[in-house]
Amino acid sequence: MNGVHDMGGMANLGQIAPEADGPAFHHAWEGRVHAMTVASPTRSNIDAGRHQRELIPGPEYLAMSYYEKWFRSLTELLVKHRLVTAQELTSGRADPTSPKATPRLIAEAVAPAMATPGSYLREAGAPAFAVGETVRARNLHPPGHTRLPRYVRGHLGVVSALHGAHVFPDANAHGKGEDPQPLYTVRFTARELWGPAANPRDSVSLDLWEPYLERA
Amino acid sequence: MAHDAHDHDHEHGQEAPSEMALRVKALESLLVEKGLVDPAALDAIVDHFEHKVGPRNGARVVARAWTDPGYRERLRQDATSAIAELGYQGRQGEHMVALENSPETHNLVVCTLCSCYPWPVLGLPPVWYKSAPYRSRAVIDPRGVLKEFGTELADDIEVRVWDSTAEVRYLVIPERPAWTEGMSEDQLAELVTRDGMIGTAKL
Repeated sequence: MNGVHDMGGMANLGQIAPEADGPAFHHAWEGRVHAMTVASPTRSNIDAGRHQRELIPGPEYLAMSYYEKWFRSLTELLVKHRLVTAQELTSGRADPTSPKATPRLIAEAVAPAMATPGSYLREAGAPAFAVGETVRARNLHPPGHTRLPRYVRGHLGVVSALHGAHVFPDANAHGKGEDPQPLYTVRFTARELWGPAANPRDSVSLDLWEPYLERA
Repeated sequence: MAHDAHDHDHEHGQEAPSEMALRVKALESLLVEKGLVDPAALDAIVDHFEHKVGPRNGARVVARAWTDPGYRERLRQDATSAIAELGYQGRQGEHMVALENSPETHNLVVCTLCSCYPWPVLGLPPVWYKSAPYRSRAVIDPRGVLKEFGTELADDIEVRVWDSTAEVRYLVIPERPAWTEGMSEDQLAELVTRDGMIGTAKL
């Protein structure tokens, strides 16, 4: 989706405000939003969570803080998954006729869950491209979730690493299964992406799935 | 004194809660009432991010890489396993890659599409990393961004920007400052900064 979240290469979005090592959360409510998002039954699909944040209308997305976006997308996902109703969100009270759920994550399970190394690596067919090969990022503009930023579409890059097949967000975010696809790191020169004013030594590398790429 | 009274109120949370604080509290009450989340689990998750993960973890990785050539090599071959050797693994650190700075090369990490960040080694990202100005500019003007962090790079140094578009997470291994010769691994770890491991600063 060509949303405002896909902001690589844009200018004039404000000043960068460096900060020293700060607290993990600047307000207590941010920690609760983070924790609810991690503990929520909706967390099982990280791609759907990212897409839900992308669906926040652009002007609001740009005006919201990071955890305001998390809060909005958490409530919307809960409704979408029929885990809570809009009525319950408004009233703040559970519908007395609704069944009581069992939390997906209990306190004792948090430390092991946080330390358990998950993996997005899956089995799939042989990769089409090899390290060192020049490829072109395809000129795709899907209406749904994608991790192919606009600023590389149509540009030539060189495969610098192959990571095996990973869960494909464009499918997984929409409940179409994991559809694993070979994942590559592709290096684009800064001049290829940004034109002759860029430093000829510089580059930008992205992790791109095979369906985003075509033979150059 | 008035000042003390203010501090006292603040400590006890008697300041009027913000609208967001109220909305979040209401959602939590609802989810607890419905059995969808365990409030003690939420406490444990907050504690994890406030106390168990953070840039001190990444600093241990960097200091080990500086002092142990065998470890540095393992980090190059399979950063996920090498980092797990030190006990750091888990969500948002599932597929790690270490990026070594050198006198000729400087690495900078960003996530233009959201705010992907290696939680087990760096903790949660600073606000600027998650904000539009950094996400938009790091890929097109990395040298200008670095300057705003006080890091000026000569034109003949190659800048490599890494946009974290998948579940691969990047950790920059800064150059070891020359003046640190003879220091212990523990002393070295103290010198390694969060920004050094994102790539917005040199050490």
